[in-house]
Amino acid sequence: MLQGHQSWVFENRPRIKGTATVVGPFEGQGPLANDFDIIHGEPTLGQDSWEKAEKTLLEEASKLAMENAGVTAGQVQFFIGGDLMNQIISTSFAARTLSIPYLGIFGACSTSMEGLAIAANLVNSGSAKHALATACSHNSSVEKQFRYPTEYGSQKPPTAQYTVTGAGACVLSHEGDGFAVTSATIGRVIDMGLTDPFNMGAAMAPAAVDTIQAHLRDMRIEPGYYDLIVTGDLSKIGYEIACDLFAKHKVPMHQTTFSDCGMMIYNYDHQQVQAGASGCGCSAVVTYGHLLNRMRKGELKRILVVATGALLSPLSFQQGETIPCIAHAVSIESEGTL
Amino acid sequence: MSNNKKKKLTPVQQEYKELSDKREPARPVLKNCVRAFLVGGTICLIGQAITDMFVRWGGFDREKAANPTVAVLILLSVILTSLGIYDKIAQWAGAGTAVPVTGFANSMASEAIESRSEGIVLGVGGKMFTLAGPVIVFGTVAAFVVGILHFIFNPNGAGGH
Repeated sequence: MLQGHQSWVFENRPRIKGTATVVGPFEGQGPLANDFDIIHGEPTLGQDSWEKAEKTLLEEASKLAMENAGVTAGQVQFFIGGDLMNQIISTSFAARTLSIPYLGIFGACSTSMEGLAIAANLVNSGSAKHALATACSHNSSVEKQFRYPTEYGSQKPPTAQYTVTGAGACVLSHEGDGFAVTSATIGRVIDMGLTDPFNMGAAMAPAAVDTIQAHLRDMRIEPGYYDLIVTGDLSKIGYEIACDLFAKHKVPMHQTTFSDCGMMIYNYDHQQVQAGASGCGCSAVVTYGHLLNRMRKGELKRILVVATGALLSPLSFQQGETIPCIAHAVSIESEGTL
Repeated sequence: MSNNKKKKLTPVQQEYKELSDKREPARPVLKNCVRAFLVGGTICLIGQAITDMFVRWGGFDREKAANPTVAVLILLSVILTSLGIYDKIAQWAGAGTAVPVTGFANSMASEAIESRSEGIVLGVGGKMFTLAGPVIVFGTVAAFVVGILHFIFNPNGAGGH
């Protein structure tokens, strides 16, 4: 149900019935290794191209999520997902394997929460009994498409971010136990005129702030309602700017814990990731792995995940276009927190 | 950002740009220069050693030894690229590994490896020069311009040593 300008409230409380996270070896060396279901030893996953490796990540995550949820592919009405590849081939090709009715979406790195919001809306409205929301990215396929060949010796500036190799999948159900997806806020495209593709955190920060403020306004709540508000992949620089903007707009973020998935997944001291992590897989694996585990332990009751995306293409930044950005927010709550 | 570009931004965008610039860590220029000097210098030193070896044991004279030296450096660079080591050194060294001939070899080898999945002809063959191409194009253009200037100001010297 629409609430305010751009938010949906899911009064039937779609449940997160099962999730799965599959990551590459580099993510497995990071501090969240214990939160992932599968950690691959080879970035190629035994495939002969990076694109196939990315597709395989998603297939594994989707199948495992359904297994964890105790449902078969036949019981899932819709598969919703996207990735960063041109024409979202990773997700579409995985959909070919899964053969579940499919909605492909593109929201760059905001795809994880865009997919979850749409899936929750479908389940909430009765358009689906079960829906599968996914997102995936692969470091090497993204480097190849957006930047340079993986083995090319270019020096990355300190603002650059490291794309996560990983896929996260989540099965939503209209009934049963589990955490509930309670509301979502769909973001507007915000373009503050930045052009540097090696500083996407700074480009995306205003979009995250805009969506969070819209969410608080539409839901008529204060940040303190949540135990944790977490952005998708702003990383160090974008995160600091977002904090500045919240202070400037006088949003009382001190009431809650404000954090960023892109700053959680890697160890800054031992892993060369410059500003932090990015990619569709970043917010997906951190949310479906780490954050839901923390909710299971009871450390968190209500969280707001705000996945941020930079909607640029390799062509657009070569033509000197600025970087349009977007953010989508989804709130996840434990049972008994009505 | 040039002033021309900045003028196109709205006041709100300009204000944000100032705010984000404050948070953007500066590139460590001095550190990068020192590292580039050390690594670039080391590569040249290795090149010099290889040249000397060709002169001493290979029977080349100083001028002719340059060609096999470049071939050896390219081979070393391609091997390091294939083993996934060159890009790690490059993150530390910056221009130090990009400027010498090894950087050129790396740009071609890395693109060839990456494009292998798109086939031999359109992949490796077609994309190998994606990064190296501009170097050849502008290198040739620069040589052409310098050649013309040389001809204008020193016509007697043109075409010969």
